[in-house]
Amino acid sequence: MSGISPIYLFLSFNYLYIMNKIVANAKEAIKGVESGMTLMLGGFGLCGIPENSIKALVESGVNELTCISNNAGVDDFGLGLLLQKRQIKKMISSYVGENDEFERQMLSGELEVDLIPQGSLAERCRAGGAGIPAFFTPAGYGTEVAFGKEVRYFNGKPHILEAALSAPFAFVKAWKGDRFGNLVFKGTARNFNPVMAMAGKITVAEVEVMVEPGELDPNTIHTPGVFVQRIFEGTNYEKRIEQRTTRPKA
Amino acid sequence: MLDKQGIAKRIAQELQNGWYVNLGIGIPTLIANYIPEGIDVVFQSENGILGMGPFPFEGEEDADLINAGKQTITALPGAVIFDSSNSFAMIRGQHVQLTVLGAMEVADNGDIANWKIPGKMVKGMGGAMDLVASADNIIVAMMHTNRKGHSKLLKQCSLPLTGVRCVKKIVTNLAVLDVTDQGFKLIERAPGVTVEEIQAATEGRLVVEGEIPEMQI
Repeated sequence: MSGISPIYLFLSFNYLYIMNKIVANAKEAIKGVESGMTLMLGGFGLCGIPENSIKALVESGVNELTCISNNAGVDDFGLGLLLQKRQIKKMISSYVGENDEFERQMLSGELEVDLIPQGSLAERCRAGGAGIPAFFTPAGYGTEVAFGKEVRYFNGKPHILEAALSAPFAFVKAWKGDRFGNLVFKGTARNFNPVMAMAGKITVAEVEVMVEPGELDPNTIHTPGVFVQRIFEGTNYEKRIEQRTTRPKA
Repeated sequence: MLDKQGIAKRIAQELQNGWYVNLGIGIPTLIANYIPEGIDVVFQSENGILGMGPFPFEGEEDADLINAGKQTITALPGAVIFDSSNSFAMIRGQHVQLTVLGAMEVADNGDIANWKIPGKMVKGMGGAMDLVASADNIIVAMMHTNRKGHSKLLKQCSLPLTGVRCVKKIVTNLAVLDVTDQGFKLIERAPGVTVEEIQAATEGRLVVEGEIPEMQI
């Protein structure tokens, strides 16, 4: 009757002006990352990796990093750039076969490596973001992955206890995003990005295209903005293809 | 004796209508080229796609559309993309009916080793440990012997294991074998290969019962 209530005005003011997670660029986005920290980085091979954030981390000179990422890039791209500069102390990954420098550093003992079954890696990140401290999985039972882990039988089948993973910073890459941090991924560039977005205390999302709130259909948003703390539009995406396989046109 | 294409062709005969199938890197990938007529299967790639199609035409490669081998692919009508945790929910939850993967060694109790040679090669297990721990139906596609001529079908694996007592069937360049409580049971011979040759190339327990038919490729 008497127009808009003051409380509604206050809320809408917050909604419109305060909820803005956009930072200017990758350099701003990595603020707070310090040497010795554990970082999560999304991507599968070179597909869906946070290219801009990785470059900014290389330039910042932080070192002694522990990186949780399914793969380790290739010699001259992706996490390979951080490996070249010896900025990584330890990798937590499932497959690292595409990087000669990685293999050299690992076999010579310069680099610590914790190899984890891919499904367990994904679920450990998801669990870390979902408030589940640990879970039982059959993957790795009877192998060296199970060493030192609790074994329990469910339905007659042995399972091992895997702990959740989280990190002070997670870096993910999406196709589109808005200033609320809502994200949409494209193709198989989704991979580990949504679960790592959940598991970062500060999740930094870089997107190819920043859109206005409301432009993304709420029904098709993959990562709700609640999981994202900083977002920026990346530049000069190379999106390198690791194995270019084609068939001839008929 | 079969070549890699032949192994893929023989495994393709195991596909059943309506199955969701995960193909590993190497020989297993070739199976998609030999799906029998009238059989409709959906290929899952663990990086996050169901309905993986053939390689794209030259010039149509998309960096955002790859398989678990990091190769550019296409998505067929009806395909769906999902994240890594959902992908392994399908695998761990046994919603995928068949897994085909390569191996360095298989033991006659179904143990498999395919991810590490200590001190020499450490690439990682990728999704293999999740796949072999959960799949009901696991076929190994590999050569019967390694480059040095040593058997890959052993009494016991010498390399670090990927999974225990999980392999159900093995198709090699020489034979089709089932893993049973008694060891490797010889099911079929590759064209032109004798039972004696298979016996000689198999270090683990080999069970030969009656006439062993030749594969129909």
